[in-house]
Parts: sequence; C-alpha cells; structure tokens
Amino acid sequence: MPLEYTKIVGGTVYDPANGIDGLIRDLWIADGKIVEPPTDADAVVSKTIDASGLVVMPGGIDMHCHIAGPKVNVARKMRPEEKRKGEKLHRTKVTHSGTMGSVPSTFATGYKYIGLGYTTAFDAAIPPLGARHAHEEFDDTPCLDKGFYVLMGNNHYVMQSIQRKEPERLKAFVAWLLSSTKGFAAKLVNPGGVEVWKSHQAGNVSGLDSKVDHFEVTPREIIRGMAQAVDELRLPHSVHIHCNNLGMPGNWATTLETMKAFEGHRGHITHAQFHSYGGGDADENTFNSKVAPLADYINSHSNLTIDVGQVLFGETTSMTGDGPLGYYLSKVYGGKWFSSDTEMESGCGITPIKYKNKSLVHGLQWAIGLEWYLMVNDPWRVVMSTDHPNGGSFLAYPQIIRLLMDRTYRQDILKTCHPMIRERCSLGDLTREYTLNEIAIITRAGPARILGLKHKGHLGPGADADITIYTPHENKEVMFELPRMVIKSGRVLVDQGEIRDTLTGKTLHVAPGYDQDMEQGIQDWFEKYYSIRWRNYPVSADYLHESELVPMGL
Amino acid sequence: MITAAPPSAAPGELKVIEDAVCTFCGCVCDDIELTVQDSHIIEAKRACVLGKAWFLNHSIEDRPSCLIEGKPASLEEGYDRAARILVEGKYPIIYGLSDSPCEAQRVACSIVDWIDGTIDTTTSVCHGPSGMAFQGVGEVTCSLGEVANRGDLIMFWGSNPAESHPRHFSKYSLMPKGMFLPNGRKDRTCVVVDVRKTKSAKAADIFIPIKPRADFEALWTLRALAKDVELDPEQVLRDTGVELSVWQNLMERMKAAKFGVIFFGMGLTMTRGKHANTEALLALTRDMNAYTRFVAKPNRGHGNVTGADNVVAWRTGYSFGVNHNRGYPRFNPGEYTTSDTLANGEADCAMTIACDPMANFSQPAREHLARIPLIALDTKETPTSRAATVAFTVATYGINTGGTVYRMDDVPLPLRPAFESPHPSDFEVLTQIEQRVKTLVGVTC
Ligand code: SF4
Ligand SMILES: [Zn+2]
Repeated sequence: MPLEYTKIVGGTVYDPANGIDGLIRDLWIADGKIVEPPTDADAVVSKTIDASGLVVMPGGIDMHCHIAGPKVNVARKMRPEEKRKGEKLHRTKVTHSGTMGSVPSTFATGYKYIGLGYTTAFDAAIPPLGARHAHEEFDDTPCLDKGFYVLMGNNHYVMQSIQRKEPERLKAFVAWLLSSTKGFAAKLVNPGGVEVWKSHQAGNVSGLDSKVDHFEVTPREIIRGMAQAVDELRLPHSVHIHCNNLGMPGNWATTLETMKAFEGHRGHITHAQFHSYGGGDADENTFNSKVAPLADYINSHSNLTIDVGQVLFGETTSMTGDGPLGYYLSKVYGGKWFSSDTEMESGCGITPIKYKNKSLVHGLQWAIGLEWYLMVNDPWRVVMSTDHPNGGSFLAYPQIIRLLMDRTYRQDILKTCHPMIRERCSLGDLTREYTLNEIAIITRAGPARILGLKHKGHLGPGADADITIYTPHENKEVMFELPRMVIKSGRVLVDQGEIRDTLTGKTLHVAPGYDQDMEQGIQDWFEKYYSIRWRNYPVSADYLHESELVPMGL
Repeated sequence: MITAAPPSAAPGELKVIEDAVCTFCGCVCDDIELTVQDSHIIEAKRACVLGKAWFLNHSIEDRPSCLIEGKPASLEEGYDRAARILVEGKYPIIYGLSDSPCEAQRVACSIVDWIDGTIDTTTSVCHGPSGMAFQGVGEVTCSLGEVANRGDLIMFWGSNPAESHPRHFSKYSLMPKGMFLPNGRKDRTCVVVDVRKTKSAKAADIFIPIKPRADFEALWTLRALAKDVELDPEQVLRDTGVELSVWQNLMERMKAAKFGVIFFGMGLTMTRGKHANTEALLALTRDMNAYTRFVAKPNRGHGNVTGADNVVAWRTGYSFGVNHNRGYPRFNPGEYTTSDTLANGEADCAMTIACDPMANFSQPAREHLARIPLIALDTKETPTSRAATVAFTVATYGINTGGTVYRMDDVPLPLRPAFESPHPSDFEVLTQIEQRVKTLVGVTC
C-alpha cells in the first residue's frame, strides 16, 4: 500500500535541534513519523493542514512530573476537598470524565497535557515495588508517550554494593532493576537520607559526608557510584537527582557539593530551585538566593543539566519520595500528612501546601526559580518544570513562558511580592528575555536531548510526528495555553482546545544488558528480605501495551 | 489486558504452578505452590486453612454462563440485555469489585462513566470509614516487608488476624526474622487491644481488653499520655474499662519501640464512632513519630479491595461511592454508597460484580434491589445472582484467569491462573457489555 501523507504547509517552524529558528517550512508526515518530502509525483496526500501565520514546534516534553503510581494515587484519595471546587471534566463522545485539583485523575492528566501541546511526560519517582501500579495508570493516561524514573538512592542493594566497593555488582543491579520495572532512568532522592529516616525519629542525613548507619556509606559515595554505573551502562539519561536537604535554608552548599560529587560524570539536578537557598538555622531573616554561584558552576561544567521546579503562588500538594522532607513539611504546614516506607527501596511523603505571594520565603522561592532560567547561559542545559504538582501544576507552563519572555510583566509581578525579595536575590536586575527559539529548547528540544530521545523534540525526518501549532500572540501566556492544533503520532488530537481524537501513547523504557551471573546474588538477597516472591517482582511485557525500547547511547 | 493464561497439560497429567497468588484475604500470599490435575487443584502448598479451602474446593460450576430471568441464554443475549438495562436506567449503580482483578475493575469504571452512573465498592461497608479518616488526617504507614524487617512493637487493634488473615503473623508481622530483628518473634513485643479474648489475643505478649465501644476513649487516652497530659485514673477506668497504669505502661513501650506498628481491623472501623475511631488511631500514630518511628495499617479483608480503591481513585479521583449523574465524578459517602442508593430507593437498575448484597444488606436495601433490573456477575450461584434479571457465571480470578491484584499494603501482584474455566472472565463479560454500551450511547473512543 502506498504511504498516505499528511502535510503541514506554510507554518513558521521552530526546530532548534535542526537549527531552524522561525523559518517557513513544510512538514510531511507518514505512519506517525516526520518524513522527507515524497519524491514521486503521485504521492497520496490525505490531509493538508494550512499553518500559514502560525507557529509550529515539536510537542512539549515534561521531563519531571508526578502523574502516576502509588504516591500520586494516595494524593488523589487524600484530597477530595480540592476536587469539589476544581474544574470538572465532563465525559464526551471521545473522552472520559475526570477530576482536577492539584492531582488530576489519570484521563484528565492525559487530556490536560495534550491540550497544552505536551506529547511526552516522565513520572520522576516510582518505587520499584510499585512499578506495576505505575504501568497500570499509564495505560489509563491517554494521548501521551510516557515513562518513569526508578527510585534507587536508598535501595539497600545499591548501598551495599557501594559499601563493599563492587561497582560491577552495582552496574548489574541497576540494569536488572530498570529492566525488571520497565523503567527509563535511575533516580536518586535524598540519597541515604530516606534510609536514616526509616530507622530514626525525624532521621535524615545532614550533608554529603554524613554516614548512613548500618550501610556505612555517605550520600557522596552513593552519587559517585551511581553516576559511574549509569555512565558505564550508557543509559540514555544520566542519573537524575533530588539532592539532600531539599527546602532547607543554607542547602545551596549541599547542592554545590552534589554537583562536585559527580566528578565529571553526567548528572541531572532536578527542581534546582528547591536546592538553592542561602541562610541557615531555619531563620527566615537570613533566607536568600544562592542561584548565582550554583549557576556559575553549571555554566562551567558541561556534564551537568538541571530542571527548575518553578514555584507558583496558590495551593497545591507536595509529594515526594523524600520521607523526612514530607515530615518536615507537614510540621511547617500543620495539615494532613501521609508517609509510607517501602521495604528495601524508598520512602514517600505527601502533604497539602500553599505558596503565598506575600510570604518572603515563598516569594523568594518563586524568584529563585526564575533566576535559574535566566542565569544558566546555555538553554540546552536548563529545562522547564514545576515538579508538578510540587511547585505548581504543569498547567502553569504558559505563565512561566510569559514570565521568561516579557521582563515588564516579570517586574510587575515582582512588585506584588514581599518588598525584601529584591534584596535577597538578583531577579530585579535580570533583563534577559527568552526568544521563542529558546522556549522551544527548554520545553522540548533540550529535554529530548538530555533524556537521550533521538526521535523526540525535533521535526527532522525520523522524528515522531508529535507537533504543536500555536497562534502567535503578543501575550505569550495566551499563545501557549491554547494551541491551535496538537498532533500526536501523526494524528490530530486537539483542535482549538477541543479533543477530537485520543490514543493510548507509548511507554518508553530501557533494558540495559548486564552480566547474568550477577543475578543469583541479587536473587539471594531479594529472597531474604522482600515480602513478595522473586518471580512476582518483574513487570511482564503484558503491562506495556504500546511501548518503545529506547536504545543505550554511544 | 494481562493475558496470563493457565499452562496447558494433557488430560490426567499433573502440573505445578509456582508462586501462585492467593486472593482469599488481604494478605494476598504470593508463594503458593499449586498442583493441578485437569480441572482440580489437588495441593496448595504453603496456603493456610482458608487458602487451602479456597484453592482445593474450587471446581467448575456446572451452570450456564448466562441466565436471563432464570432461563439459560446465550452470552450474546446476556450482553445485549445487560447493556440495554444499564443504558435505559436513570440512576444505574455498579457495586462490588473487590473480588475482581484491576483489569476488570477498570472496565467497570469505564461503563459507569458512559452511563453517567454510580460506582461503589465493598470498601463502603468495611474500611470506608478508614478512607474518610485518612482524608482528614492522612496516614503514616509502610509496606508489609518493612514490618517484617523492622517492626519491634506490633499492636493489633480490633483486628483478629489469627482467624481473618491466618498467615499475617508468620509472613509479615510476628515471626519473620527480619533484617533488624535477627531473632524473629523473640525480638518483637505483640500487643492486642480488643473487646474479647480472640485467638490473636492468645498469641500476644500483652492483651488489653477494653470496654465495648470504648475505642475512641482508649485512643484518646493514649494520645493524652503521649503528650504527658495528666489524666484522672478513675475516669480512664470508667471510660475504657482498663486501668490507667496499663495505658501508661503501653505508652512507655510505644515510646521505647524503635519501629512501632498498629494494625487495625473492622473491630475499630465498624464499631461506634467509625471514622472518628480511625481518625484517632491515625492521629495517635502520627503523634508517636515525634518520639520514634511508628506506622499504622488497616488489616483489610477481601482479596482485591485495595485494588478497587486504587482503580476507582485513579479513574475518578475518589476511591468509593462515586456518582457520575452530572457527567463527571462526585463523591459523597452516605449518599452515593450502595447501601444508601438502594435503601433510599434511588437506584433504578444495578450491576453487581462478585458480591452478594442480597445476603448481607439491610432489609430495605434488599427489598429495593429485588424490585429493580439487576445484572449479577459471580463465580457461583448466590442469593443475588438468583434475584438477577441477567446472571453471568464467570471464571474465578487467580484460579482460572490472570490479572493484577493489590495486597492490603498497596503492593500490586500478578495472578498465576491454574486451569481454564468454560465460563468467561469478568473482564471479558464487562468488556463485551462496555462495547455495547458505547454503541448505544454513541461513544467512539
Ligand atoms: S493468609 Fe490469606 S492470602 Fe494467605 S493463604 Fe491464607 S487466605 Fe490466602
Ligand atoms: Zn519531583
């Protein structure tokens, strides 16, 4: 059968990965992929989309959000009150109903992302024991390609291998765990700290060199060991780290030490905003921004990348694999608190929170996020995120884009915040404005490159035909919150805000090779301590539905 | 769909299924070794008495897969009739779900969405109050392996696992030699708080018999003691039926524990005070984290009721008692829960999945259910299936069909079926009904 083509003509294309910065280009789509224009004259064009006067970009990629799995679902159960006041999603002839609030139901999540022009999203913290659950939810989260990062920073086998100085064993374990869970990348959350929390009242590590008892390893050793393992396995994405001491005044020193601990290996520092605070002793009078020295370090070390974790004013739900952090936040906010420890693997904390623009601390957090976007020189190494829903909803991305592209608007908002903020950070002096091309980098081309996804984040031949078309507008928030059209895998799913068609989307996962002889040792350990059987742990291929195995990098 | 099919074998041949999952209680033991011959399980190694009965007594029901108004009918006719009933109802309800795999639960959620109906699970009649308490205060908890590896003070409150969850002690809570408890039972202290001396109380180091319906007062006594509040010994004795010194001694142990665990059961959640009781217990657990590590866990019953909570929550945002009459999910326990929609005479048709409200609901609820068109899916004949307009006999999950179930600590496990059933699975029946419903209401996704 001859290929049937869809053609998008006359659009102004932003495709930074291919060096196209606002040029008029036609795009050809066949079989869900972008293709070269057909050479034979009688190629069948079944659909032509006129994009003249419109802006065309690859589909957005959210590389760090919390949208599926055990803790997300607990948060849904825990917060009926915000759904009652929240937007209602009615079912239609092509879509399921759903609920919003800070933690939307699964279908609602898919519809809202695609409605925003996002076509790929990664859940950033899945405990391996809950991997099967995450895959089940993914199957009910339509319109997106998706994957997840596997929590490893407090895994007993990881810590034990590092303590015993057995890097080969560690490498085999990381590969086995990613393959067993059908996960995408290795995530460290407060490495070592969660293990201490499990065995001590209000337990945590205090810095990179504090020892995790029983295992006698330090966060620095965990980071270094994992970074090396991940690089040697050539995983498409680097180690993805939520540093120790999140949210604590003075934590910037820990963050700087974390960056150094990579010792040249690849590393991605997530929600950097929450890790860039000066001051100390929980004293609000000293709390200030330390983005400048941290951004300097990032600017001069090309092995490192970050996403921001922007805070936006309003109510949301904090959810984290960082158990001790959950405890700390629940004491600060005094509301309901959920905590769950997972055997051998990880922890979890959930609590409702509210960011107020009149609060000095919250206003500073907002400003610090923006400083990160504006102070990292290379847009390819900074990625837009709100750490959904921790800093705010992914639905705030258009607002962040406006804040980055329009310094007058930025200054106007800054004026509504606590007056001391100007003295505690440099946001008031930053005049940089993002271009559309740079926005296309930090929301699609950059994350695709950082994740090692060769078929995503660009519009060259061979790329997945995930495309968002925008109507230009002076107010960039207006432009980005209602795309003219969203195309996923070559199909038009959204037309002027209305969902016309849906699909399930692929699960992106990896299966790195490893020394099979190492498996017996893992099994012996597993059978000694886990409460489920070894054979019932790996997630079988049945759970993948549509999927893509992402190859190792070079 | 998870399509794990039973392994095939020649007639008479013995086959062995390793690491099979027992869904009879919330322990969801996944280490059962089944020996199967033809359509019978002849051995279920490692299963407890309840689990053995579940596996060994299972035989294929010799009844039609579908009955319409009591008469055998083809499945096709049954699917058509069921879809019509659901679509024609103004207030259709779907109830049960806790003995189905998640894959079937998800289809039930889709159906209820397309018909603007109400969906509820058996959670509303057992641990629903815990769900509501949890919405009030949250919960500090852990997976069962954490209890096995770390729990040195194990409390059971209004819960009698020795009878309801027979392998709870040996697999998770008392006997295991854990990472930080090398001597197993010897390294743990077990406390049982209950109104009567249950079989579990006999296994305890300390048994605290409290006055019936005094759970709330007892829990608040402990909360006060945790914070060093002075209490009047006479009043404590009057309110709880237990001497203040006993509570003081318990609180000392709780504070001295490294990792304390409170398992609670329906003795707490379904007695006077219901969700206030659970709220007090969850709050006490939270308070204890100011002194040491402490967690709480409901000892849930039915095999996959935890899966039902999860599926309904990720689909709708709420875990039980969800109404879609306005085209989107709304939650109101006491209004949209099945005992209420039936007793108040609101539901005008119903579909029950693996549950038996005709045997255990209130009389007004049963009377109403008998009056309205009813579709029942069950593995066997029950009072509910006898009253049904359309009754489907379905294959048994975990024995004949695969899928996913959640243990009571939210750990998902894959089922390993033993042998084929001539009956369709509940997933299959629900999928067929959903397709017809979609056609009738014009849904195209
Ligand atoms: S304890 Fe429960 S799950 Fe385990 S074998 Fe017995 S009945 Fe089955
Ligand atoms: Zn995060």
